[in-house]
Amino acid sequence: MSDTTKKKTMVADVDRNLYDFKKAEKDVEKLASGLTEDIVRQISAKKHEPNWMLEHRLKSLKIYNELKVPNWGPDITDLDIDNIVTYVRSKTKMAAKWDEVPADIKDTFERLGIPEAERTSLAGVGAQYDSELVYHNIQDSVAKKGVIYSGIEEALAGPYAEMIKQHFMKLVPPSDHKFAALHGAVWSGGSFVYVPPYTTVDIPLQSYFRLNSPGAGQFEHTLIIVDKGAYLHFIEGCSAPKYNVANLHAGCVELFVGENAHLRYSTIENWSKNMYNLNTKRAKVERNGSMEWISGSFGSHVSYLYPMTILNGEYSKSEFTGITFAGEGQNLDTGTKILHNAPHTSSVVNTKSLSKSGGIGTFRSAVTMTEKAHKSKSSVSCQSLMLDDKSRSDTIPLMDVRCDDVNVGHEASIGRIDDEAVFYLMSRGINENEAKTLIVNGFANPISKELPLEYAVEMNNLIRLEMEGGIG
Amino acid sequence: MSDKLLEVKNYSIASTDDISILHNLNLTINKGETHILMGPNGAGKSTFGSSLLANPAYKTTSGSILFENEDITDLPTDKRAKKGIFLSFQSPVEVPGISLYSFLRAASKNTANPLKGKLFRQKLNDTLKNLDLKHEYLERDLNVGFSGGERKKVEMLQLLMLSPKLAIMDETDSGLDVDAVNIMLRGITEFQQDNEKGLLIISHNMHILDKLKIDKVHILVKGHIVAEGGSELIDEINKTGFVRFETQEGGNNV
Repeated sequence: MSDTTKKKTMVADVDRNLYDFKKAEKDVEKLASGLTEDIVRQISAKKHEPNWMLEHRLKSLKIYNELKVPNWGPDITDLDIDNIVTYVRSKTKMAAKWDEVPADIKDTFERLGIPEAERTSLAGVGAQYDSELVYHNIQDSVAKKGVIYSGIEEALAGPYAEMIKQHFMKLVPPSDHKFAALHGAVWSGGSFVYVPPYTTVDIPLQSYFRLNSPGAGQFEHTLIIVDKGAYLHFIEGCSAPKYNVANLHAGCVELFVGENAHLRYSTIENWSKNMYNLNTKRAKVERNGSMEWISGSFGSHVSYLYPMTILNGEYSKSEFTGITFAGEGQNLDTGTKILHNAPHTSSVVNTKSLSKSGGIGTFRSAVTMTEKAHKSKSSVSCQSLMLDDKSRSDTIPLMDVRCDDVNVGHEASIGRIDDEAVFYLMSRGINENEAKTLIVNGFANPISKELPLEYAVEMNNLIRLEMEGGIG
Repeated sequence: MSDKLLEVKNYSIASTDDISILHNLNLTINKGETHILMGPNGAGKSTFGSSLLANPAYKTTSGSILFENEDITDLPTDKRAKKGIFLSFQSPVEVPGISLYSFLRAASKNTANPLKGKLFRQKLNDTLKNLDLKHEYLERDLNVGFSGGERKKVEMLQLLMLSPKLAIMDETDSGLDVDAVNIMLRGITEFQQDNEKGLLIISHNMHILDKLKIDKVHILVKGHIVAEGGSELIDEINKTGFVRFETQEGGNNV
């Protein structure tokens, strides 16, 4: 018995180290910190990108300067863009073989388990280190089906340039909010996926974003187009070592789900606790298509994260499954938005939120039924568990219904660990810590079992670690 | 004699907000004995049962509890359980997300002699059959959506699987139909076979008691043990209820 307990703890310990290791910056090219037109032009010049993109960047910069910092969420006054380095790249080219990736960067991804996952359970992998992709590869069998999975900048110089131009920041325009504008100005790296009509990608693709440089920002852009009748599961992972200075992540994800297509998008955010995670994700779903979000938010100092689905075609569907764990020093403001913009659309939202050691977890949902949303339905359920008296959980549901014949439901519960349940488990010889861990894992379980397997294990370990750290 | 299993001495408890509940209780259960604790509603029977497992909702204000001659008064719940004390809850709580199977595994690992994989599964299969419980229950979340009867059976399943030295059974038979009561009786009788073990049954139901070997009966009224004796006490309560005992509240220091 003690053997297995010990083993588990050890795995968990390794896991924590797994994220929190730093690599010295060698051979890097770094722009000055702050945000000026000159910096934006420098980034653009490095990328040899089409002129429309430079114009897009400059327009975004202008919007950025005009927009105000949001004042309705967690405080981000300590985030000073003048101190953020918006572009850092290692002097290496993007490789399609791990052997060609510089040793220390390769080592980073080895420790994160990416090459191994690629061998065993993925159809393709993209790996970004700071501002640039260092690795991108897709299995031949998948590529042969016509599936495109590459760096977005690379794709911008190839046959899909026009497709990208038509979709790039069309779902999330720079005017959406200040950090979308920032993204538009300084974006760098990220993946492009195109799945041709009626093509099923049986095993997932995964892009992993690692931010190693202290005081830097990461602004990757993910653009995925799943054409009609196609299927894709895409996994996004992110992490960073902890520094004493603020780091910023303002990525952007745009997902286009065609008629009868199905996209499952899984994310595990495990940023370090000095990270400002101001990320924007949006999907548009056409007739009878379906969008499935699986979202785990465990890291960062402050998060603003509300993946949005636009149900644009009749009978389109969205399912959002999310879990947030806010520990000490974390203020995680997460949730989802759904715009029902066609008849017979449906959405299901199911989230769990945990807060501990003074952590703050806020769940926001915004469901809009437009005049066109006849016979549509939406059900939102949010459960929060506070693990102590210092922590906070809030639920802020918003419903905007402009159509009579729709069905909109919302259900929320906020609670603490049930003392009676702890006593019950302890009466069977289980110690207090273990009992609470079991209860918390049990609470999270319906969500964690939706996560990709290795992340589900990781999440259980994380909960175990957090619990061990704080109780008893 | 050294075959004392549980010894409760001058034991008083209060709620965490200082309302005293049990007063100066004395009770000894020897190995191989079955004791019955009876009393009207609100007498403190369930409280006593769960305080024997150090329910944090109560605090000891005087006296001590000895288990196999060792003072366990200051031991927390899990340590007492590990020593071999088991409480079958009257209404066990729902614990979502933990399957009955993984719970049984976790609990089993915390017993003095944990059963290894194959033996554990074998015993589990036998016990399920014996209690007329379907295998599917193992996959369900612990007590979640279980009927009253199912919960009692699952408590009995745990009792038989964990095989404690002392079992406290709180209203194990209440709210059950005849078939289910018979199944419970089977479980209790099986447990009684081992004369190293002891049993404390908290019960209202007289029918189940008719069919069991009983060594001693304690009557608890308003936090006091007011009478003790053999199974003749059960017959008396069957006929006249607790009226006689209620009038002599606290006056009888047996």
